[in-house]
Amino acid sequence: MSVSVNKVSALPIVRGRSRFRTYLGAEQNLGDFLFRRICALFALSVLVLLGGLALEMLQESEASIAHFGADFIVQKEWNPVRQQFGALPFVFGTVASSLLALLLAVPVSFGIAVYLSELAPVWLRGPVGFLVELLAAVPSVVYGLWGIFVLSPWLRESVEPTLAWAFGFLPLFQGPQHGFGLLAGGIILAIMITPTVSSVSREVLRAVPLTLREGALALGATRWETVRVAVLPYARSGLVGATILGLGRALGETMAITMVIGNRAEISASLFAPAYSMASVIANEFTEATDDLHLSALAEIGLLLFVVTVLLNVVARLLVWRVGRLPQGGRL
Amino acid sequence: MGCSRAPTSGATPDASKQVRGEGSRPKVITLNGAGATFPYPLYSKWIAEYNRIYPHIRINYQSIGSGGGIQQITKGTVDFGATDAPMKAEEAQKASGKLLHVPTTLGAVVVTYNLEGVSGPLNLTPETLSGIFLGEIRKWDDAGIARSNPGVKLPNKDIAVVFRTDGSGTTAVFTEYLATISDDFKQKVGVGKSVKWPVGLGAKGNEGVTGQIKTSPNSIGYVEFAYATQNKLPTAAIRNKAQQFVLPSSRGATAAAEGVPMPETLHVSLANAEGEAAYPLAAYTYLLVYQDAKEPEKGAALAKFIWWAIHDGQKLASALDYAPLPAAVITQVEAALKTLRAGQKPLLDGV
Amino acid sequence: MDRYFVRRWVDRLVLAACAAATLLALIPLGSVLYYVFVRGVGALNWAFFTELPKPVGETGGGMGNALLGSLKLVALACAIGIPPGVLAGVYLAEFGSSRFARAVRFSADVLSGIPSITVGLFIYSLMVVTTKKFSAFAGGSALALLMLPTVTRTTEELLRLVPESLREAALGLGVPKWRVTLRVILRTAAPGIAVGIMLSVARVAGETAPLLFTAFNNRFWSESLNEPTASLPVNIYTYAVSPYEDWHRQAWGAALVLLLLVLLLNVSARLLVQNRVRVR
Repeated sequence: MSVSVNKVSALPIVRGRSRFRTYLGAEQNLGDFLFRRICALFALSVLVLLGGLALEMLQESEASIAHFGADFIVQKEWNPVRQQFGALPFVFGTVASSLLALLLAVPVSFGIAVYLSELAPVWLRGPVGFLVELLAAVPSVVYGLWGIFVLSPWLRESVEPTLAWAFGFLPLFQGPQHGFGLLAGGIILAIMITPTVSSVSREVLRAVPLTLREGALALGATRWETVRVAVLPYARSGLVGATILGLGRALGETMAITMVIGNRAEISASLFAPAYSMASVIANEFTEATDDLHLSALAEIGLLLFVVTVLLNVVARLLVWRVGRLPQGGRL
Repeated sequence: MGCSRAPTSGATPDASKQVRGEGSRPKVITLNGAGATFPYPLYSKWIAEYNRIYPHIRINYQSIGSGGGIQQITKGTVDFGATDAPMKAEEAQKASGKLLHVPTTLGAVVVTYNLEGVSGPLNLTPETLSGIFLGEIRKWDDAGIARSNPGVKLPNKDIAVVFRTDGSGTTAVFTEYLATISDDFKQKVGVGKSVKWPVGLGAKGNEGVTGQIKTSPNSIGYVEFAYATQNKLPTAAIRNKAQQFVLPSSRGATAAAEGVPMPETLHVSLANAEGEAAYPLAAYTYLLVYQDAKEPEKGAALAKFIWWAIHDGQKLASALDYAPLPAAVITQVEAALKTLRAGQKPLLDGV
Repeated sequence: MDRYFVRRWVDRLVLAACAAATLLALIPLGSVLYYVFVRGVGALNWAFFTELPKPVGETGGGMGNALLGSLKLVALACAIGIPPGVLAGVYLAEFGSSRFARAVRFSADVLSGIPSITVGLFIYSLMVVTTKKFSAFAGGSALALLMLPTVTRTTEELLRLVPESLREAALGLGVPKWRVTLRVILRTAAPGIAVGIMLSVARVAGETAPLLFTAFNNRFWSESLNEPTASLPVNIYTYAVSPYEDWHRQAWGAALVLLLLVLLLNVSARLLVQNRVRVR
């Protein structure tokens, strides 16, 4: 039997066989027909899961949203006894620790990206790049374990006293030094987001066309000047995107930060003070909240986290993608 | 299935004979429970002992805090819950059936600390305690603390308070006591499983608080007695209602329980109990069990385990610094256990 | 001092600073590896791998149940997450130019960035509360949901990399499209997809937060997949925040096992990729 496959029209020229073939449409073949639809089903499942997740979170938070409204985000008081649930301390803890992490990680990550894509000898790039990526492979809970027994004691005994001695006039460095608190949280997050920011930055820098670099070099620029003048301006939006991706990662981090941040729902000006992040309060209190409003409030915090990380992800990808799309751009 | 032989009163019914199938290996029954960290060292010992006697009965207990115990048994995701803080009426309403509180042992909430140079017990008055936990007393060498402890060298360091972040019966017991002896505390913080502490670091579970105190110098916190002794942490002597400074001990807990009769509901608070030797922070801890079991086999296994725990299990309590239940309470609990049933059939027949 | 001198030195300074930044980032890695190895290696004995935990406060015992539990959870995650992920990736690569495909791609990207604790909450509401059971199924499903977007996108990208000529040659021989995709394209891309899966597994093996509400924990061997199951990461967390020295020791041991597994997967993945690139 011969068939002329015509993807556009639903009525290909058919000799012999049947309306069954017509029904099959463009595929002309039961196998193809089923295959496409089965694959489409699974692809749909990805969409459905995302939608389901969002809906479920909305549903669980309904009670809390109805009760507190927009005030939820700006109220400071998280008091289960008094049924007062304000998320501000957790928003503060999450934002403060993530910003601190960005402050520490972004310069280091950009340095790594520049080093590995422009300045390092070629034979070194592979192995060192791999080692930096290994930072991302270490599970969060192992970082937490290391944080409790290595980082926090070190902070409490060496770093915090030094900072207090040198900069104690700033409210940032005042107060009791536990070793557990915003500073510990920020440092651990910084370590965890460095591989993300640096590898995305590396990709972005790689996407910069060779001709731009060569032009600068031909004009007599040193390597750093090439980077500064030709590469960075081109890659700027992509680097911002990499930073935002790192921020998204920091916001969602749970275990490591729960183990070192001190778990206290207070807003304080000091880096030494314990704080509480949004993911940590969910991890600590969810299986134990006994009243519906408490549970709903926790779910609303989860919803907030979800919405913010989604937004950040979208923005970041757009920015990074833009660099890739410009002439001779690479993929992410 | 088969009947048990009629045992002498107080002895454990023969659980292994009950569930034997055709073959020689009895069917494995797993019971899932969750809740208070307060009695966890004792429960964990009981479970291991019971598993030794009846290897086919496995009891998986997760110590996630009293709040967690109440939540999970209410939702039905576990077979029994455990709590030091009795369920409130609103909480009890959400359960799918009637839940019984079954007191299993007496424990004590202790105030423990990690203070350089001080390895022995400190004397603390109720006023000092509430002052510390309200954040009003900030330094270790405060006049109030020094007055109760002549001769002890207290360092001029900040007090690092440690509290529970999770829904904790231990917190409920401690805050109940502080609210009883200090109106200020009652106003500012209140009583509950999860309160807003004015100062300090948060940790999860009795285990977490103990761990935090061990690693933080100049810290103070409240934990169940067994956790302090198992980890060789010093405990404070608290001044009780009879103006005596009493160190935590199983004797002190028993003395506290003697002064307070157990009502029909089978739960009662022992905060600041009367009595010369009474330890003011003693507390009962309870198992939460549905009166009407959903799965007869599991319900029967659970009922028999609890029967064993309140009789043979009590012998293991003192070694772990818990106090055995007073005899009067055991009688009341026996009566309650006999009302457990699956449908119409009582679970503890032949006892 | 002429300008060129200054410029050369600025260049060297920046080079040094960037190299220093790289070194700085590697210090924590070294520290973590060092401590996990030094403190963990002493905890790894026969008892650790085969025994159950002892009652609270007693020394000894092990985490045989957690090791087995982690294996079960990861296996479940693979079984639930890989087939849908691969097929969804196939759809995106082979039929993926419609608006629907763009939406799916977007969803996969978004899903891969959400915090793992949110996934745990979702599965808790979906599976644990409805079936009234904490179970390995729930835990495995949460982990599968974490793997799904990564597997989908990796499959899509790798399938796109297969040269068009291969596709056309097979189609030209009259092979139906579905066969071409499965037997020819997928088979060619399989090593790369396997590498992507290995990396996904490495990530998911260390996840803790989603398991807290789904697989819960268990002091015994879990008889069935419908029971709460112990796992390595949850045990590390529980033991690390506890006050017992012996538990701390075991936590380091578990961390060592987990880290070795993760490192093994990552290094193998890297070597495989290098091999493939060289051969092609």
